[in-house]
Amino acid sequence: MKTFKIGGVHPAENKLSAASPIREAALPKQAVFSMFQHIGAPAKPVVKKGDEVKVGTLLAEAGGFVSAPIHSSVSGKVSKVDVALDASGTRRMAVYVDVEGDEWEDGIDRSTTLVKLSDRPELDGKTIVEKIKNAGIVGMGGATFPCHVKLSPPPGCKAECVIINAVECEPYLTADHRLMLEHPEEILVGLQLIMKAVGVNKGFIGIENNKPDAIKLMTEKAKGNEGIEIVPLKVKYPQGGEKQLIDAVIGRQVPAPPAIPINVGAVVQNVGTAFAIYQAVMKNKPLIDRIITVTGKSVKQPSNLLARLGTPFQQLIDECGGLPEDTGKIIGGGPMMGKALLSLDVPMTKGSSGLLLMNNKEARRAEPQPCIRCAKCVSACPMGLEPYLLSKMSAKADWEGAEKNDVVSCIECGSCQFTCPSNRPLLDMIRVGKTTVMGIIRSRAAAR
Amino acid sequence: MVNVILIAVCVLGLIGLASAVILYVVSHKFAVHEDPRIAKVGAVLPQANCGGCGYPGCSGFAAACVKAADGGSLEGKLCPVGGQPVMEQVADILGLSVAAAAPKVAVVRCNGTCENRPRLAQFDGAQSCRVQQMTGMGETGCGYGCLGCGDCVAKCQFDALHMNPETGLPEVDEEKCTACGACAKACPRGIIEIRLKGPKGRRVVVLCNNKDKGAIANKACKASCIGCGKCVKTCEKFEAITLENNLAYIDAEKCKMCRKCEEACPKGAIHGFNFPPKKEKSEEVKQEVGS
Repeated sequence: MKTFKIGGVHPAENKLSAASPIREAALPKQAVFSMFQHIGAPAKPVVKKGDEVKVGTLLAEAGGFVSAPIHSSVSGKVSKVDVALDASGTRRMAVYVDVEGDEWEDGIDRSTTLVKLSDRPELDGKTIVEKIKNAGIVGMGGATFPCHVKLSPPPGCKAECVIINAVECEPYLTADHRLMLEHPEEILVGLQLIMKAVGVNKGFIGIENNKPDAIKLMTEKAKGNEGIEIVPLKVKYPQGGEKQLIDAVIGRQVPAPPAIPINVGAVVQNVGTAFAIYQAVMKNKPLIDRIITVTGKSVKQPSNLLARLGTPFQQLIDECGGLPEDTGKIIGGGPMMGKALLSLDVPMTKGSSGLLLMNNKEARRAEPQPCIRCAKCVSACPMGLEPYLLSKMSAKADWEGAEKNDVVSCIECGSCQFTCPSNRPLLDMIRVGKTTVMGIIRSRAAAR
Repeated sequence: MVNVILIAVCVLGLIGLASAVILYVVSHKFAVHEDPRIAKVGAVLPQANCGGCGYPGCSGFAAACVKAADGGSLEGKLCPVGGQPVMEQVADILGLSVAAAAPKVAVVRCNGTCENRPRLAQFDGAQSCRVQQMTGMGETGCGYGCLGCGDCVAKCQFDALHMNPETGLPEVDEEKCTACGACAKACPRGIIEIRLKGPKGRRVVVLCNNKDKGAIANKACKASCIGCGKCVKTCEKFEAITLENNLAYIDAEKCKMCRKCEEACPKGAIHGFNFPPKKEKSEEVKQEVGS
């Protein structure tokens, strides 16, 4: 079975919520929309205090090309435009909306009838990308890179295939899995739309084989759709990484940055993104909700919730049986790449794929011991780096050395830290090195 | 047997002599000319190689001084570690005079002690301020205050900074601090300021770095500056205090050390250093504020 070639680990899967169907979360009393829900320039608010908004009303426009607009997911009144604590742990600009009723903007098709690509022959690539851009769609796997940027290849690059990332290699998370089981046809139309947008006729959907039901269902539904292939993959973390997925599915390696997947002819989109693209293009619905897995060993009812953006995490936890008493750490995202939250008043954003409640015992990190030079981190690194070395260089502020050893290639998957028998905080330090070196490279480019 | 030893000694001696001649000739022929004053200046510098002067190490600073002296002035050149005495020696060597430089000291502009600033979360990653900074706000509700992992302490070459386990904040040993600025650069939040030491070491400083709006800053820490601007009003006459981004800042050059701002601050964020004990009246005022 296919998988990527170097490195990788296999953490315990713990997919507790795999059998729990998606259910709709209740509307929040107040929704908070961070202006930083995507990578790139922050969105610029276009509403002010006192404005009436409906579901789908534009709240903020894109702040540049690499940016995305933000729409209201609720109807009500804008109560303020002010800073709010978000999942990144910092206070940043946000729009607060007090919820009243649930009124939708005209033109959004809320019916569940499937609209096929053949029903809308007038759609061309340009229109599709434009619609995606205006709907504020970003990468829903968690990286939140504005979708339309990926679908507009830079000059000189030609896309050859589209790969849908349905790997969901993070332990605990099941949002993508449930989405495939419940909306397979919509995902396939979404994929066709992406293929049309970038002008290719080959599409893959990569699924890890710990989801046999999804593989079976998707294969069945994809029958008759020419050019679409379902690729079962061996279970290995971090297969959901863009570069790892390209290696696993089409066997090509993306060179070190600044090269991007399009340089090897691949466009990768998350399965949730494909679904959102379907809704945006065929149903005129901007990105206002998403599926989030609320899970954890002590959670009463691990669930997959369809929740409106801006809903506070506290409410989502309440919907799943409340906060367990022995909670030691709450992570936004999965256990490998997610980020611990400082507060539960934090609102859900476009990139919130999961909410993991760890109990006291799991939450505590073990005491770091000296490095025993076993090089397990080197064999685990999916990018072929030397994590022990990079971490040391970062700790000693040897930025030149870190740059020479390709610290910017690090995808921050955490495989090194996971595998380290001495519990060394390798990724913690490497991240410092990566950010600093990237800053140095940027300022060097600016000075030129 | 004796013969063998003699031959060996002679051969080695000859090789040594020949090498010495070659080395002598080469060292003269290919000598790199360096201004002899650079070595002389280097000899009086502290050789801490801390980079506090802004040059790469003491030799770099010595070369820069000599170059500046050729230009006729040593203005702007200061070895913060050696301070005035060393700069006078340097000036002597270069045949110049040097203007008196006011001594400086590192000031930790945060008073978010464990008592003043409650911990809301526990950080269990790598014990480094730079790492903790990447998690966002850190352990407390203040996104600007001391993170307490001691990156600054690790950087200090002069043993002048120490963590106080009770307050969780670094403390500056003014006797040892040379104002090289290594700690200020190490702090990811820019809390440490290299500031004029002031007459008799006296100075008045806003011990806060919080740029959040008053309500948020107030909630995060008992000793935070809330940007109310009362201090600015009391200092209207001297215009030493400015308020920017909800944070007051006292210009050390303009400050007249009247300490009225200290009394006016409702949060006790302004502190006077090294002043003689206050008279009773002002102490009462401070206690009221503190309670």
